[in-house]
Amino acid sequence: MSDASAPAPREGYLDVATAAPLHPVARAALEAALADGWADPDRLYREGRRARLLLDGAREAVARVLGARPDEVSFCPSGTVAAHLAVLGTAYGRRRTGRHLVVSAVEHSTVLAAARHEAEAGAEVSTVGVDRTGRVAAADLAAALREDTALAALQSANHEVGTLQPVADAAEACAARDVPLVVDAAQTVGRLPVPAGWSALVASARKWGGPAGVGVLAVRRGARWRSPWPEDEHEGGRGAGPVPLPLVLAAAASLEARETEREAEAERLGRLVQRLRAGLAARVSDIEILGPDDLGARLPHLVAFSCLYVAGEALQTELDRAGFSVSSGSSCSSSALTPSHVLEAMGVLTHGNVRVSLPRQASEAEVDRLLDALPPIVEALRRGAGAQGL
Amino acid sequence: MSGDLPEADVTVDARGRRCPLPVIDLAKAVDSAPAGAVVAVLSDDPAAATDVPAWCRMRDVDYLGERPDGDATAYLVRRP
Repeated sequence: MSDASAPAPREGYLDVATAAPLHPVARAALEAALADGWADPDRLYREGRRARLLLDGAREAVARVLGARPDEVSFCPSGTVAAHLAVLGTAYGRRRTGRHLVVSAVEHSTVLAAARHEAEAGAEVSTVGVDRTGRVAAADLAAALREDTALAALQSANHEVGTLQPVADAAEACAARDVPLVVDAAQTVGRLPVPAGWSALVASARKWGGPAGVGVLAVRRGARWRSPWPEDEHEGGRGAGPVPLPLVLAAAASLEARETEREAEAERLGRLVQRLRAGLAARVSDIEILGPDDLGARLPHLVAFSCLYVAGEALQTELDRAGFSVSSGSSCSSSALTPSHVLEAMGVLTHGNVRVSLPRQASEAEVDRLLDALPPIVEALRRGAGAQGL
Repeated sequence: MSGDLPEADVTVDARGRRCPLPVIDLAKAVDSAPAGAVVAVLSDDPAAATDVPAWCRMRDVDYLGERPDGDATAYLVRRP
């Protein structure tokens, strides 16, 4: 694993909400773990015992960050699998109570897909809407709970616009009705404190700078969770087969490292995003900057915006050409037929959409280069579409 | 909502066009319509359902509503 074999993300890679570049601690831990952590932790011989020791250590480290007990934490092959298991396993465990699910309209598509999967098997799903900033009102979620509600699902922060959700208030409302709350915390673990009150919690290592291929599912002891899959002895019966131990070790090491950095990083990136939001509003005409203005109400490192009369994919392509990697929730190309369900639920422009999420090493110069690059690109695209002056 | 919608004075056909084109077509039609005119844009792009009301909000144009029209949807607005 020499540095030369893995191309570093370019300066201008601004999409950590999809995948953060490998944290240096994760890289070091991965190299060590490939040498030291290759054996099967379930075997009783010396190499297996060593692997078990390492796995237990990783689990304890992740549990500490999540505010969980180690036996509540299991590792999965991805955040997607963890989210599916969180929803399906909780619904399955609660089937005798009822088959009604409550989800927010802006959950990650993996959570919504799991809810649809339940609906196809006979469950009823209530969807709680959001305001223009993408925020769920805890009172709306509380009002959707019923006697037969098996679970409610609420993300800690929205993955497309960065809006923080009122998890603590929702958890209180759920607890009062004895309903488990599934929290997708993929966007905040390693960046912000983990909210309390969850019954099941989901995270993904590649969002915090760990390697791809590690999801985390935490299920509270006493929560009535039951595997929707065939019985499996790995990961306390709440995983998806044996774990890739070197990846898990690297994921845990990088999460511990992020915990020590995250407050300083949130403050630094928060300032850069503030600069970006102000600069975009001042320099790009007909732009909607999405999510709440208040820094305390959104992810510190992320900003999403929509530019009127511009195709999101064209904007993304032009920014790529100019040296910036960003994502888009638009569907103006033939490949995506429907626009982002998050932007739809917010009632904001779905075209011309861009999400910028800053990596830990992002600099002010990088933000300023983006602010210089964007206005002429937007103007050129508008001219090309015959939309100038409209 | 479709029951109370007025007839359109001007209809622009944006069927088969993907975002942002239906909104651009609508903006041009509203631009050249007289004050108070009801303008409809006909679109089969799912993005129009969100983008037309959002455009109205950004431009202070009244969004009147939508109604099915064949295999597409007519979105109606009133020029201020």
